[in-house]
Amino acid sequence: MAIKEDEIEKIAELARIRISEGEIGQVTRRIAEILHMVDQLQAIDTHEVEPMANPLDANQRLRPDTVTEDNRRDSFQAIAPATENGLYLVPKVIE
Amino acid sequence: MQLEPVIGLEVHLQLATRSKIFSGSATRFGAEPNTQASAVDLAMPGMLPVLNGYAVACAVKFGLGIGAQISRRSVFDRKNYFYPDLPKGYQISQFDAPIVGRGNFEISMQDGSTRSIGITRAHLEEDAGKSLHEDFHGQTGIDLNRAGTPLLEIVSEPDIRNAAEAVAYLRALHSLVTYLGISDGNMAEGSMRCDINISLRPMGNATLGTRTEIKNVNSFRFVEKAIHHEVERQADIIEGGGNVVQETRLYDADRDETRSMRSKEVANDYRYFPEPDLLPVVIDEAYIEAIRGELPELPTEKRHRFREQYGLSNYDANVLSDTRALGDYFETVVATCQSPKISANWVQVELLRQLNRDDTAIEHCPVSAGQLGGLILRILDNTISGKIAKQVFEAMWKGQGSADEIIEQRGLKQVSDGDQLETMVDAVIAANATQVAQFIVANEDKRKKLIGFFVGQVMKLSKGQANPQIVNTLLAQKLK
Repeated sequence: MAIKEDEIEKIAELARIRISEGEIGQVTRRIAEILHMVDQLQAIDTHEVEPMANPLDANQRLRPDTVTEDNRRDSFQAIAPATENGLYLVPKVIE
Repeated sequence: MQLEPVIGLEVHLQLATRSKIFSGSATRFGAEPNTQASAVDLAMPGMLPVLNGYAVACAVKFGLGIGAQISRRSVFDRKNYFYPDLPKGYQISQFDAPIVGRGNFEISMQDGSTRSIGITRAHLEEDAGKSLHEDFHGQTGIDLNRAGTPLLEIVSEPDIRNAAEAVAYLRALHSLVTYLGISDGNMAEGSMRCDINISLRPMGNATLGTRTEIKNVNSFRFVEKAIHHEVERQADIIEGGGNVVQETRLYDADRDETRSMRSKEVANDYRYFPEPDLLPVVIDEAYIEAIRGELPELPTEKRHRFREQYGLSNYDANVLSDTRALGDYFETVVATCQSPKISANWVQVELLRQLNRDDTAIEHCPVSAGQLGGLILRILDNTISGKIAKQVFEAMWKGQGSADEIIEQRGLKQVSDGDQLETMVDAVIAANATQVAQFIVANEDKRKKLIGFFVGQVMKLSKGQANPQIVNTLLAQKLK
């Protein structure tokens, strides 16, 4: 499966990864190589293999609905870059 | 060209758990900002989600409540997008293996007719935090108390055709989830939020037109208004020869309009993949049967039973089965006084009016169902008239005692004593010579009206306490 530079640019934007003009060609080639390997995997006959959502052969354990966490806001906010009135401050979100 | 709206709703229902879906933080509404946000909710490095079993039970309960397929095996996925109120950079949700599959939902319209709305799926996911855009020196404030609150997203088929059906669907859903006890359904606190998918097509066409999505509408009234507005907007575009653009819009209640959310164009690619930090959720038959055993009588069942057992009209059965508490109240009134019709009337008219006026929930009603039943008994045995009963009810509402106590204290007993009533009837006849003269020469129709006048005068004289049937008989005899 081939991949083009503009697709890599779009994925990079969605993942918030900055790729410079100079790097884009190389990144595209490397990802194309990975996809080539995926193509090889795709060629394997898997029709008798059950689809798998997780490599561990186990099911999710459930926890009881009880409150076990205390308020530790002060210690969490001590390492935050900016807070005010108990809120974390972030650069303005424009909607 | 006649255009037909095609509407599907996505409802985000906050589940009534004590703790969050993937952490042991509290979910209490209205706490100080970030005091209910743990390391897991803040996405601190190395933190792992652990699934809340009660959230799973709530989802299964809902599925059983709409007769849907419950997935024996469901999978959580990551939905990736960047927003400051989503610290992990992804929301844990379910994509192609949701916990609840196809179901069906019967809704009741105002006119008594019913419609069936398909449910495509319902899946578990976590809520995001809250962004406060008020001015923090040009910055945005983030409160992560809500981050990780369990949500059930309920997706309907595009089976809805107008705003009234959408509202009926939401009301029925609200009623169902509060019956099931899986959500408090408090819309003002965001426990039930709604996204509306809407498109228009020429009447009779099978293919769907281009749709828009209106995000985060949080009241029945706004859903109705947003749909009216959006149908009109799309109709104007189509009739003007234009094309509707597929996009996400926001409903602005202040201006009663929807407007485009431009920023989301690229972001709508969520790159879902299975959540590696959670294993598949496997549910067995015994688990499902145990939950089925816990199901209460559901709104539709109650509505049917009210019609059959008490002979109520469609409309009355709908109103009285709206909430479990109201249904229980009504049934206790009936059990006390044995008269479903008059009970239905009193609960719907007097009781609901007073509750509305005082903005009180039925759970905090100052007049108990047994007390109201006691009042109705006194109407039925002719101790008081219906009119006096309203006065007594007012006094009961103010906590002045039971019906019998109030009737006794205020001497409100209906006068059925023949001699006493005769004296009053004579007095009225003597005082209204003109009307008596008119009566003698009047025709049948006119006479009926005049009798009404005389009865009114006697009632006035007796301060509403005269037994109207006896007064009627007495007047008929005297005026012959």
